[in-house]
Amino acid sequence: MSEQTSTGRYLTEAMRQKLNELAPRYPTKQALTLPALHLVQDRYRCIPPEAIVEIAEFLELAPAQVLDTMTFYGSFFRTPDAPLGQFRIWVCRSLPCSLCGGEELLHKVCHRFGVEPGGTSQDGKVTVEPAECLGACELAPCVWVNGEVVKVTTDADLDQLYERLQAGAIGESAQ
Amino acid sequence: MTRDYEPVLLANLGVPDSHRLDVYRSRGGYQAIEKALRQHTPEEVVELVVQSKLRGRGGAGFPCGMKWKFLPKDRTVTYLCVNADESEPGTFNNRILMENDPHQVLEGIMIAAYATRAQTAYIYIRYEYVRAHRILQQAIQEAYDAGLLGRNILGTEFSLDIYLHRGAGAYICGEETGLIESLEGKRGWPRTKPPYPAVEGVFRKPTVVNNVETLCCVKHILDRGVDWFLSIGVPADPNNPRDLGSYGPKLYCVSGHVNRPGCYELPLGVPCRELIEDYAGGVRNGKGVKAVIPGGLSMGFLRADELDTPLDFSSLQKVGCLGLGTAAVVVFDEDTSIVDILHRSCRFFAHESCGQCTPCREGTAWMYRILNRIRNGEAEPSDLEILLEIADSIGIIPGTTICGLADGAAWPVKTAVRKFREEFEEYIRTRKGVTVG
Repeated sequence: MSEQTSTGRYLTEAMRQKLNELAPRYPTKQALTLPALHLVQDRYRCIPPEAIVEIAEFLELAPAQVLDTMTFYGSFFRTPDAPLGQFRIWVCRSLPCSLCGGEELLHKVCHRFGVEPGGTSQDGKVTVEPAECLGACELAPCVWVNGEVVKVTTDADLDQLYERLQAGAIGESAQ
Repeated sequence: MTRDYEPVLLANLGVPDSHRLDVYRSRGGYQAIEKALRQHTPEEVVELVVQSKLRGRGGAGFPCGMKWKFLPKDRTVTYLCVNADESEPGTFNNRILMENDPHQVLEGIMIAAYATRAQTAYIYIRYEYVRAHRILQQAIQEAYDAGLLGRNILGTEFSLDIYLHRGAGAYICGEETGLIESLEGKRGWPRTKPPYPAVEGVFRKPTVVNNVETLCCVKHILDRGVDWFLSIGVPADPNNPRDLGSYGPKLYCVSGHVNRPGCYELPLGVPCRELIEDYAGGVRNGKGVKAVIPGGLSMGFLRADELDTPLDFSSLQKVGCLGLGTAAVVVFDEDTSIVDILHRSCRFFAHESCGQCTPCREGTAWMYRILNRIRNGEAEPSDLEILLEIADSIGIIPGTTICGLADGAAWPVKTAVRKFREEFEEYIRTRKGVTVG
């Protein structure tokens, strides 16, 4: 996706303003790297290479520093030609979940949404990825959908997940 | 004995609107910080925590008061980093605390900040914990609005700002110096020590990093006193001067093949069997136990005949485990393949090694490849020796890496292969030439 904003910039005025609000919290500008990357990914569903340069300029860093940080973390999605779907589904395959059917669940979820593990549906709605422990082992086997953790044991659970997602009624807000 | 135990850390769980400030206050909340501010100097609070012998709940079990005392006396700026990057497989107690009782967490942070003279606290919370992030954010706002955060808290000289900082999906950022690097906006590569964070931590300033559960314990030590805390758990062995004891309550997370997975608060030292049978409802479908991870994946495995081991800071080493870790108990029933379990363990650590230290980067990848060979029917019995040789060579304990991730990768391998050797040999023998997915 190469959707650019009206100003021709990825880092929008609103994002810059948000980062300026956060700046007094930290004694260095570099500490705003993760918050900036989160803002960009929330908006574009990926980290466009141009945004790396803009973040670096804004934070007075070298682009290589921002790139170095970005590539270290698993939550950042790096393929601008195939950004994340509107809903990101993480299927936990860590030990507690895999003991309760987590590996099978990954295949079931992929099948239900018609994608390969790591892939995005053609309508751009859903991306399904395997995940390490989500810290919700009492709900094993579970999936994480835009921040909401859902236990999925039966086919009926999977149907319900599908319906809620189609209706857009799923996910958590961090704020 | 544990039957009569009344939960303290989870006392507000299940109370309607337990996340709200008014509910927290109506149940005695924020009296501990009031007491600390009005009755004690910061040094006295440090001393109380030293006397309580509280050990960190995040995995390493380092004495909390001692960590605070390492701060240089002549410091001008101090940072408190709250480690909420809970990522050890099987562990979710910090999430339970943050989602259900965020003000308890904040009160613990406030007391720790007062004691260490920190005026800024960062809660580094893992990316996946979106709900906990929102609930904490609301609680922080409530606390500011009520004059519990900001300048001159409760009319005293004490000022504190608490900020939430989201991680971005990296297991290694739970290591305290990895967390510090990440907070600074860099890749989460752990730092060589010394200097320790107390001397040179985040933004090169004296820093304390404490786990969420540890800070909640601090709140109750102030509320109920040192003697109360010391009356719970397992006293230090008087004949062993190096034993620091296992005092206070602990949140045990139980998952896997049990009837009632969940987070249970019990005195430190509850026997593993009692936790599984009396609290987690025993193994599903009436089956027996094959193996148990007693403290998060990194700690290695217990065998069924080792289940009477008390879950405290010193007993698990005696049965070959790395330690108590996060006290996350994962139970495997008798039908589980130990080879499959170890395969998943090796996959996890090979994926999460940060790549900084060669022995860890290469070693975790080699171990994963050997497990793939075993599962694909391409291994020789001698591969088990190679596996053990790698496991014995990587980590802080053999002295080859900067942080303990490699020890955590090695311990499941060492304990699985040494405790279930026959099953591995049998698997290799019978699987030869047979490919599985």
